[in-house]
Amino acid sequence: MSQDVPPPYHAVARHGVFPEPSHDEAARFNFLASLNKYMASTLGTGNKLAYYKRVLPAFVKEHGREPRDRHEIRHAMNRDPWHRYWSALKRNSMEMRQQNGRAMVLRQLDTLDAKARQYNEGRDTLRLDPAVEVPRYQNAVDIHCMPGSYHGEERPGDVSAGANYDCGIFATTGGGLGALTDGGGQALVDWIKKERPGWTPRRILDVGTTIGHNIVPLALAFPDTEIVAIDTAAPVLRYGHARAQSLGARNLTFVQKNAEDLSEYPDGYFDWVQTTMFLHETSGKALPRIINEGHRVLAEGGLMLHLEQPQYSDEMPLFEQFIRDWDAFNNNEPFWSSMHALHLEDIMEQAGFSRDNQFVTGVTAVVDETIFPKQHQGEGEDHGRAASWHAYGAWKRA
Amino acid sequence: MTEDLDWIARAGKKAKGKRPAYFEDPAIDRTLSIVMALVGEVSVLRERIDTVERLLDAKGSISRADIEGYEPDKSSARERGLLTKEYIARIMRGVQQDLEALAEVDQPSVEEISKTLRDI
Repeated sequence: MSQDVPPPYHAVARHGVFPEPSHDEAARFNFLASLNKYMASTLGTGNKLAYYKRVLPAFVKEHGREPRDRHEIRHAMNRDPWHRYWSALKRNSMEMRQQNGRAMVLRQLDTLDAKARQYNEGRDTLRLDPAVEVPRYQNAVDIHCMPGSYHGEERPGDVSAGANYDCGIFATTGGGLGALTDGGGQALVDWIKKERPGWTPRRILDVGTTIGHNIVPLALAFPDTEIVAIDTAAPVLRYGHARAQSLGARNLTFVQKNAEDLSEYPDGYFDWVQTTMFLHETSGKALPRIINEGHRVLAEGGLMLHLEQPQYSDEMPLFEQFIRDWDAFNNNEPFWSSMHALHLEDIMEQAGFSRDNQFVTGVTAVVDETIFPKQHQGEGEDHGRAASWHAYGAWKRA
Repeated sequence: MTEDLDWIARAGKKAKGKRPAYFEDPAIDRTLSIVMALVGEVSVLRERIDTVERLLDAKGSISRADIEGYEPDKSSARERGLLTKEYIARIMRGVQQDLEALAEVDQPSVEEISKTLRDI
């Protein structure tokens, strides 16, 4: 049979500020990529088996009914020996990815900071603002178990958080996001070229950009468009700006800013406002504020688009909701569970997008398939990390 | 090498947020972390040996720089990926067999079978 093997770490592209892996550092990521694939595919089915064979029957016997929601399933599954062991293995894999990435980045931090400075100093396309506070939803815990989260610094002005975030995505996704971890952004380019052939937005706003990996493909595809990428965390912006410059994306300005307040921009300033895998890292009050501000700065005829994992609907089985929640409680994504239970359509409607102008569509990472794996959903999917998403979008009409 | 930072210590910094307890005895959580780190390092050693072997095959003698600079071609990368995959399957055999047992219809113990066989 043809064995499914992740691509080697050597296939990851080295842009101008990418950390240089030693032989063994690359081998560590090769191991983790393979381990994660094994846990999602070979071992992944065990959770469902444990649930339907013994956890659910025991629950029904005890309560006289089936679980009402994913939380009841989680509490019951957290007592099951199989699920506990699988979760413990997976948590360790996440922690190892962080240690492995940080060890590689921090030993060469002098070099990385120097490289970033070369791309950053004196450029008006990087605008940092020390007055921007780290919101509570970004620092209540370290997201993804990344020590220091997106905003942590080992020393003032460094790029360690960005470099660590960038270098380890290969391990957690098994290469599913492509050589530059930009399969999501590439997919957006493909999608818009089919959806609106010939359209050139005047301005695009990317909210919660981190290292800008999903906005660089749009910047390169629309060289005449003015693009603004914002985030509250300076370390990822420093890294992201240097990364974008080294990849030739010069029409892209990185700005340190909280999207809950976009008062710097007038009404209707942007033709496209988007987030990619960001809304689940906000909060119950911040999310609608961000959508409202996004609507305000969006021009008539403009596009709002959010890439996320699928929302939990009544049609989604409770067990699937539970397994999709794993990262919320085991990998420090504290808003993940609540966010996926929200009705984004309602929030977008309240912001001013009528239902008629909203749409939901599937988007799958666009990668070089001669090297990187084509993504599939369903059995064997690594929920939370699968390189295919739902796009929640709307066109703003008068 | 980074000069003004204890990068070895800082690489292993704990992430903010309470770590879930997966087992009743915290020593099991701890031991599993050590075992999995070791599992990873053995995989790294295997890959390094594979690199040495491939370079020796190709060149007869090698330097450390050859090892550090080695980049597998497509078929070598696949063979090495397969090696790692098979290694993980071997390490995880116990967990995977627990999974198979989960899928089985409840089996009698060998004690019980032994008693049955005595009488048939």
